[in-house]
Amino acid sequence: MRKSARVISSERWPAIRFRVNGEAAAVRVPPMKRLLDVLREDLNLKGTKEGCGEGECGSCSVRMNGELVNSCLVPVLQSEGADIQTVEGLARKGELHPLQKAFLEHGGAQCGICTPGMLMAATQLLAQDSHPGISQIREALAGNLCRCTGFMRIFDAVAATAALEAKPGTGSAVEQASHAR
Amino acid sequence: MRGDASKHELVAPGRLDAVLDLLASEPGAWTPIAGGTELMVAFCAGRLDAPRLVSLTGIPDLRAIEVRPHSVVIGSAATFLDLRRHTIVGAELPLLARAASWIGSIANQSRATLGGNLVNGSPAADSSPALLAYDAEIEIISVRGRRRVPYSAFHTGYKRNVLSTDELLYAIHLPRRFERHVQYLRKVGTRRAMAIAKVALAATALAEDGVIREIRLAAASLAPFPTRLFGTEAALLGQAVTRETAQSARRALLAEVKPIDDIRSTAEYRRRVAANLLDELLLSLRREGWQR
Ligand SMILES: Cc1cc2nc3c(=O)[nH]c(=O)nc-3n(C[C@H](O)[C@H](O)[C@H](O)COP(=O)(O)OP(=O)(O)OC[C@H]3O[C@@H](n4cnc5c(N)ncnc54)[C@H](O)[C@@H]3O)c2cc1C
Ligand code: FES
Ligand code: FES
Repeated sequence: MRKSARVISSERWPAIRFRVNGEAAAVRVPPMKRLLDVLREDLNLKGTKEGCGEGECGSCSVRMNGELVNSCLVPVLQSEGADIQTVEGLARKGELHPLQKAFLEHGGAQCGICTPGMLMAATQLLAQDSHPGISQIREALAGNLCRCTGFMRIFDAVAATAALEAKPGTGSAVEQASHAR
Repeated sequence: MRGDASKHELVAPGRLDAVLDLLASEPGAWTPIAGGTELMVAFCAGRLDAPRLVSLTGIPDLRAIEVRPHSVVIGSAATFLDLRRHTIVGAELPLLARAASWIGSIANQSRATLGGNLVNGSPAADSSPALLAYDAEIEIISVRGRRRVPYSAFHTGYKRNVLSTDELLYAIHLPRRFERHVQYLRKVGTRRAMAIAKVALAATALAEDGVIREIRLAAASLAPFPTRLFGTEAALLGQAVTRETAQSARRALLAEVKPIDDIRSTAEYRRRVAANLLDELLLSLRREGWQR
């Protein structure tokens, strides 16, 4: 965690402050600017993608104060004071997050456009339910569209991560996932 | 993206009285924005006609869900996830909890508010049939004070309602008296997640000695705004659930609904499905109503 805030200046607008991946950030942008654009353009965090720009596809999903949101529908002023986590906040010190490893192992990513959103939606799920069944996984990812993988490999990756993180003997999500195929 | 952020003003006073003062100071100049899941979609498409917006976020009163002895009072800015997570809502107002789980995805439910759903006033709004079936009352606030209207009188036309420009929807009051009722809600859409209703029907009903003593029936997508089906209710009230009753109720329903053809479905399909949902409701009333 760095101490100094990143300040993006345009004197016309008052500063809007929040935290991104544990770091303080402040931007001077129009308050109606979409959080998605602030992340990508002003903070140079290009992991978060734009698919539809209307809340339907989930490729812009980030976590805000511990909730999953579509950043294309958040005016940045409504993020004032918030704690935001983007896909860039998953890996620690160059080591991929277990979900990221599982996506690689299970073929859960192809073109990669949906992947950051999928990862954030899956992170949200696992933060709330450490051993989700296949129907919980499906519900958690229902707002994230993928044009490439056909979804099953993504569900497998999430189920595998859940099984890994669950205590030994409770990792039934993978079994349920393969039954559902 | 076609919307230009620098063309819109947005403020977030974070206090209810400050928001109300603003709305009163320049009537019609300010548009409230809650979760933004309607307004930001319009903004992204470059068709947001709201030069000045005032955010309702960060005002705790507006997001509270208060359980009183005889009612549950839901702040207008409570999100659909707030509703899904609330144990009393889940236990006593299951239709509302179920409707909440249908409003788009988790990322939508974390932001979308109950008040925004009602004020937006789509004929297909998922929370509306449940609120009508529960006989909800709407509390409205402005610098002039507070007033209440039955939810069944809130919508006045397609995307029109009784709010004046200086007023906010403050809270939704739901009576806690449906424990013994048969409760019914069914939405028909194209897929389970992320689909707008082609038709939805909701009801709370009470039968005693085989006779329907109380019924509230409500529909989405069968009129220009979410509506109670008072004519169909009248055909059922005081009647035993027989084949004849079902037939006369079906006729009453088809006489009072006014569905349209649109991109999601046809008027004819909506009429047929609505009538079938009514049959399903009456079957479950026959099955369950007698044991109570
Ligand atoms: C991807 C996606 C899927 C969706 N799926 C569904 C669905 O399945 N079913 C469904 O019913 N809806 C759905 N919606 C629509 C939307 O999410 C809901 O209507 C939501 O409840 C709107 O609430 P909001 O707080 O986000 O509204 P906002 O966009 O903030 O506001 C909507 C309107 O209400 C007004 N307003 C808000 N709060 C108040 C208040 N307290 N007092 C006065 N006026 C107020 C605003 O001025 C605006 O006119 C979906 C939207 C998206 C983007
Ligand atoms: S870009 Fe935000 S949901 Fe598609
Ligand atoms: S990997 Fe291409 S959209 Fe999902």
